[in-house]
Amino acid sequence: MDESNLAAVWLTLKLACLVTVLLLIIGTPIAWWLARTRSWLKGPVGAVVALPLVLPPTVLGFYLLVVMGPNGVVGQMTQSLGLGLLPFTFPGLVIASVLYSMPFVVQPIQNAFEAMGERPMEVAASLRASPRDAFFTVALPLARPGFITAAILGFAHTVGEFGVVLMIGGNIPDKTRVVSVQIYDHVEAMEYAQAHWLAGGMVVFSFLVLLALYGRRGNSGWSKS
Amino acid sequence: MKARFNQLFALAALVLASSVAQAENVQVAVAANFTKPMEAIAAEFEKDTGHKVQLSFGSTGKLYAQVANGAPFDVFLSADDTTPMKMDKELLSLPGTRFTYAIGTLVLWSAKEGYVDAKGEVLKKGEFQHVAVANPKTAPYGTAAVQALTKLGLLAGIQPKFVQGENITQTYQFAATGNAELGFVALSQVYKDGKLNSGSAWVVPADYYEPIRQDAVILAKARNNVAAKALVDYLKGPKAAVVIKSYGYRL
Repeated sequence: MDESNLAAVWLTLKLACLVTVLLLIIGTPIAWWLARTRSWLKGPVGAVVALPLVLPPTVLGFYLLVVMGPNGVVGQMTQSLGLGLLPFTFPGLVIASVLYSMPFVVQPIQNAFEAMGERPMEVAASLRASPRDAFFTVALPLARPGFITAAILGFAHTVGEFGVVLMIGGNIPDKTRVVSVQIYDHVEAMEYAQAHWLAGGMVVFSFLVLLALYGRRGNSGWSKS
Repeated sequence: MKARFNQLFALAALVLASSVAQAENVQVAVAANFTKPMEAIAAEFEKDTGHKVQLSFGSTGKLYAQVANGAPFDVFLSADDTTPMKMDKELLSLPGTRFTYAIGTLVLWSAKEGYVDAKGEVLKKGEFQHVAVANPKTAPYGTAAVQALTKLGLLAGIQPKFVQGENITQTYQFAATGNAELGFVALSQVYKDGKLNSGSAWVVPADYYEPIRQDAVILAKARNNVAAKALVDYLKGPKAAVVIKSYGYRL
């Protein structure tokens, strides 16, 4: 395993950790709202969150490239804020990954909140817990399995991301060259021995992740419903 | 009902069989930089001969890997001359079919009008964040860009600003969306009939990099494919030459 491979592994882990934390923070309120709301917006918002499940990564990558570019809405905003442009940067990758892995985090948490039902919150309220208090001391602990599943899936899915990164990353060492892109590079350059180290590592990693997931939940896996 | 269905089936089979007898299919793997001219040539070829052409575009490295692993291509149009040579050695191609179908031209291009000057001085000023380059390890136009920058003595300064496209099409896309101010792309991507389609460009002098000889071969699988042979002859002919030159390639 040479230095460039190690750099790619390190960068990938950094990206996946950051994205997972961000997604738990952003995804929890969205999941809570989706689980509780009776608004007609539930359908549309749920669909938007789930879009990355069915969209080809190239579609997401292409639109991010356009929208975050100098002529795009987001690009003009980041430029006027003095942040420059997001494509080809690590923050750009983080944003893309957050969007791309969103359903893998929101849906398990939403499922957990829904499975919990209204009852625990009502009981907590009758015991004079404030909604905020009840959320942190009742809802969150009850939904713990959902959060663990969400974190594992969000992390693993970010590690496994390829198409979006390829399209907006620009393959820059230490900034955007993650493991999946590095493997692709090695294969293209016919450096198969190098590719095997990383590709084999990914197989082992993915197996362990799924083992952790399925082992923990018996044979039920995770369901999309 | 059943009899009628059988009749229909027989008719369909007949139509299919007769069309197979006259025209054949040829599947062509084409290096990404040759996308536009090849589409034009294939359309004319189909009209003139009745053969059917299916085109697949990609980076030379990837197309090679696909061919080496049994991809069903009949003709391979590479972006370099080393890959077809390698194929000859590995018996992936038919011996004696290799020829240079075009010599590529490297260009420094920007989507912005007036951004690139006629002498490429913009490179020396260095007032840009990113320059898009095709992966020099795998893409010939990327290799040529690195050679040109080395010759200019600018490589060390500019390399940190590289954003790498997986192939020349993606490299162009980085520059075309403006995310990279500059890009080293193939002239064929930004030029037609003597003028730029858009933006501004500097045609890198040919002596700054080794000639990008783009070779083609007929692949071993197409030994008995009439259409493959016909297409290669067509590529060598005067009609194709007009198209190839119109995109800024040399012959």
